[in-house]
Amino acid sequence: MQIQPIIAALRRHRAGTVLIALQIALTLAIVCNALFIIHQRLAHLSEPTGVDEANLFVVDSQWADQSSDHQIDSQIQSDLAALRQLPSVRDAAPSNSYPLRGGGWDDFITMTPEQVEKTTDASVYISDEHLIDTLGVTLIAGRNFRPDEIVPMGENDSKPPPVAIVSKALADKLYPDGSALGKTFYTMSTTPMTIVGIVERLQRQEVDTWSRDYAYQDMLWPRRLDNQGGTYYIVRAKPGRLAAAMRDARKALLAQNRMRIIDPEDGVLSFAQIRHRAYDSDRGMAILMGIICAVLLVITGAGIVGLTSFWVGERRKQIGIRRALGATRHDILGYFLTENFLISSAGMALGVLLALAINLWMILHVDMARLPLAYLAGGAVLLLLLGQGAALAPALRASRVSPVVATRTV
Amino acid sequence: MFAYYLDLAIRSLKRNPALTTLMVIAIGFGVAASMITYSVFRAVSGNPIPDKSSQLFTPQIDSWGPQQNLEGEPPEALNYVDAMALMRAHAAKRQTLLYPVGLPVLPGGNGSLPVKGNGYAVYGDFFPMFEVPFRYGSGWDIGQDNARAAVVVLSEEFNRRQFGGANSLGREIEIGGHDYRIVGVTRHWNPLPRFFSLFGENGFDEPADFYIPFTRAVDLQIRTNGNNSCRGKVNDISGWDNYLHSNCVWIDPWVELVNAGDVARYRGFLEGYASDQQRAGRFGWAPNVRLRDVTQWLEYRKVVPPESRISLLVSLGFLAICLVNTIGLLLAKFLRRAGEIGVRRALGASRREIYMQFLMEAAVVGLTGGLLGLLLTAAGVSGVGLLFKPQIARLAHVDLSLVALTLAVAVLATVLAAFYPTWRAAQVQPAWHLKTN
Repeated sequence: MQIQPIIAALRRHRAGTVLIALQIALTLAIVCNALFIIHQRLAHLSEPTGVDEANLFVVDSQWADQSSDHQIDSQIQSDLAALRQLPSVRDAAPSNSYPLRGGGWDDFITMTPEQVEKTTDASVYISDEHLIDTLGVTLIAGRNFRPDEIVPMGENDSKPPPVAIVSKALADKLYPDGSALGKTFYTMSTTPMTIVGIVERLQRQEVDTWSRDYAYQDMLWPRRLDNQGGTYYIVRAKPGRLAAAMRDARKALLAQNRMRIIDPEDGVLSFAQIRHRAYDSDRGMAILMGIICAVLLVITGAGIVGLTSFWVGERRKQIGIRRALGATRHDILGYFLTENFLISSAGMALGVLLALAINLWMILHVDMARLPLAYLAGGAVLLLLLGQGAALAPALRASRVSPVVATRTV
Repeated sequence: MFAYYLDLAIRSLKRNPALTTLMVIAIGFGVAASMITYSVFRAVSGNPIPDKSSQLFTPQIDSWGPQQNLEGEPPEALNYVDAMALMRAHAAKRQTLLYPVGLPVLPGGNGSLPVKGNGYAVYGDFFPMFEVPFRYGSGWDIGQDNARAAVVVLSEEFNRRQFGGANSLGREIEIGGHDYRIVGVTRHWNPLPRFFSLFGENGFDEPADFYIPFTRAVDLQIRTNGNNSCRGKVNDISGWDNYLHSNCVWIDPWVELVNAGDVARYRGFLEGYASDQQRAGRFGWAPNVRLRDVTQWLEYRKVVPPESRISLLVSLGFLAICLVNTIGLLLAKFLRRAGEIGVRRALGASRREIYMQFLMEAAVVGLTGGLLGLLLTAAGVSGVGLLFKPQIARLAHVDLSLVALTLAVAVLATVLAAFYPTWRAAQVQPAWHLKTN
C-alpha cells in the first residue's frame, strides 16, 4: 500500500483532515479521563466496610430532656437490654458513630507521650463488649473486652481507657513487624493505651479524601458514652428479619422512654441506606461520566461517517478512474481505511497529549491521581476501532463505484 | 431577505434529514450537558451576600504552632480564649461569634412531642451584620448578650411548623431542656452557601430553626454540633471549664469592617494580639494570622464541591467536541452545494449575501439544537438528584435566565462553528462550478 499518494491526497483536503483528527484527539482526551474517573469512583464505592451490612441497621436516638450522666447511663443500659431481647434481633451495641456515617471522632496517634507530630490518625468507636458481634467483624488476635471493663464515660470526661482493640491496618501501621498485641500507643493523652485485641477489617467513620492515608485505621474503646445529645444504637438483625427488626427496635425504644427523638425519616437507617448516602457523589459522577462517554463516542462516530461519506462523494470520479485503470474493490476499500487510519493516528497522538494535559490540570486543581498509561492505550485502541468502523460504511460504498464513472463527464 | 434566507435554510435542511438530525442531536446533547452542570455550578458558586461580601471578614489566629497547624495555615476556627479576647477588644464596628447547635425542642412545654432542632448560638450583632430580615420582632442587643438572656429568634419555617405561622413574640419555648422567650421571627433566610458556618457543615443544609445567644449557650455548656478540632493532650482534659481553656477550635468569628482603613487596622490588631500572646509565653511562635472576606473565605474552604467543577469542565469539553463535529458536518453540507452557490454568485449575489444565507442556515440548526437541548436540560435538571448529593441537587433549577442562556449558547456556538464552512462556501469560484455542470 502506497502511503505517499494518500498523504498527497489528504493535503488537498486539509480542512476535513484537521477536523476529523481534532475530533478524535478531543474525544480521546475526554474519554480517557472520564473512564479513569469512573474506575476510581467505582473502586471507591465498592470498598468493603468489614461489617455484616446485610443485617445491620443504626438507630439515631436523641434525648429530648436534660438528664444527669448517671440517668443517661441507666437509660442506655435498659435500652440495650430491651433491644437484645427482641426476637428479630441478634445483638445490639451503643456507639458514638458507625462506619460510613460521614464524620466522627478521630484522634492522632503517637508512639511516645513527648512526640508532637502524629504517627497516624485513627477513628474512635466507643462501645461495649457486644460491638464486635454486632458489627460482625472478625477478632483475629487477642481478646474481646470483658463486661467489667465497660464503664460509663461522660461528655466532659474524655479520659481514654487503658486498653483498646485496634484494626489490623492500625496495628500494622504502628508495629509493622506484626508484634502489636500487648504493645502500647498514645492517643492525644499522657496515658498509654494497650492493644488487647485486633480485628481484621473495620472501615472508618468517614471516607473523604483527607483520610485516605489513614484508611481502615480505627480503635475500639470499652466505654459507654453518655452524651447529653443522644447516642447511636447499632443493631444486628437475625438473617432475613431486617425490616421487622427495624420496626421493632423503634417501638421498643420509644416504649422504654418517650422523651427521645428518633427522626421518622432517618432515625432508623439500614446499612444499605447508609452506604447509598455515603457514596452519593461518587455514584453520580460515575453515571455522568458514563453517559457523556457513551454519547460522545456515538457522536464522534457519526461525525466521522458523515465527513467520510462527503469525501467519498467528492472523489467519485477519481475512484472511477482508478477502477478503470485496474484497481480492485479491495484496493479502494484499503485506500480509504488506510487514509482513515493515518488521520486517526495523528488525532490520537494529539489526543494523548491533551489527555495528559487535562489530567495534569485535574491533579493540580481537583485532587485527582495520575492517569495510568493503560487508559491511554485502551482509549487509543477504542478510538482506532471506532474510527475504522465509522469509515467502513463509506469506504464500502466507495469500493462499489463502477469504472464506468470515469467515462462520464458528470 | 431574512424570510427568503430562512426559507432557503429550511429547505436545505430538509433535503438531507440524516445530516441535519445528527447536527441537531450533537448540539442538543452538548448544550444540555453544559447547562445542567452549569445550573448546579451556578447554585453552589454564587456570592451569597453580594452587597456586603467585601465588608464581612473572618479572622484566623494560629494557636497550634508550626508543628501542629494545617501545613503552615492557621486553624479554620477559633478556640474560646482567643475568640473571647477578640470580642472584648471590640476592634471592629460589629462583631459576632457563632457555632452550630443541635437541640431537642418542645414547643408547647410538657405534653407536646419533642422535635429535633438545628440552630446557631450567636451574638446580637449577627442579625444586622448579615442583614437578616425579620417578620416579627427583632434580634437582641449587646446588653442581652452580656446578661446571658434566655431569648431566642425563630426562623419563619420553624415558626410555621410550631405555631402555625402566628405572631409568637413573647411566648416561651423549651430548647434543650431550658426555656427561652421568643423575641423575633425571621423571614425566610438561607444564603447559599452558608458562608458563616463552614466548620463542620458543608454550607448547603436546610435553613436554621433558631438562634440563641452565644453567651447563654456557653453558660449552659452546650457543645458544638459542628467540628471540634484539637491538638496535643486533649484527652487528658476533663470538665467544661478546662475544655474552654484548651486549644480546641470550634468557634466561627465574623467582623464587619467598612473600609480599607478599618481592614488594615483590624489586621494590625490581630498581629498585635498574636505577638502579645507570644510575649506572654502562650504562643511559642511568631504571629500567624489571616483575615479573609466572604469570597476569599469561600475559595479557601473550597466550598464548591470538586464534582461540580469536574462535571462542568467535562461537559464544556463535550460541547467543544460537538461543535468540532458540527464544523465538519456543515463543511460537508455547504461544499456539496458548490454548484448552487456558483449559480447564485454568477447571478450577482455578493460574498456577503452568501455569508448571510449560510450563517442563517447555521442559526436555524443552532436554534433547533437549542430547543432540543432545552428539553434535555429540563429533563436532566429534574433528574440531577441522581448525579449530585440531594442537598446540592435541590438547588439546581430551570429559570428564565437558564432558558435564555441555553438558546443563546446553542445559536451562538453553532454560528461560530459555521464561520469556517461559510467562508469556504463564499470562496467558491462561480466559473469552475458552472463549467462542469
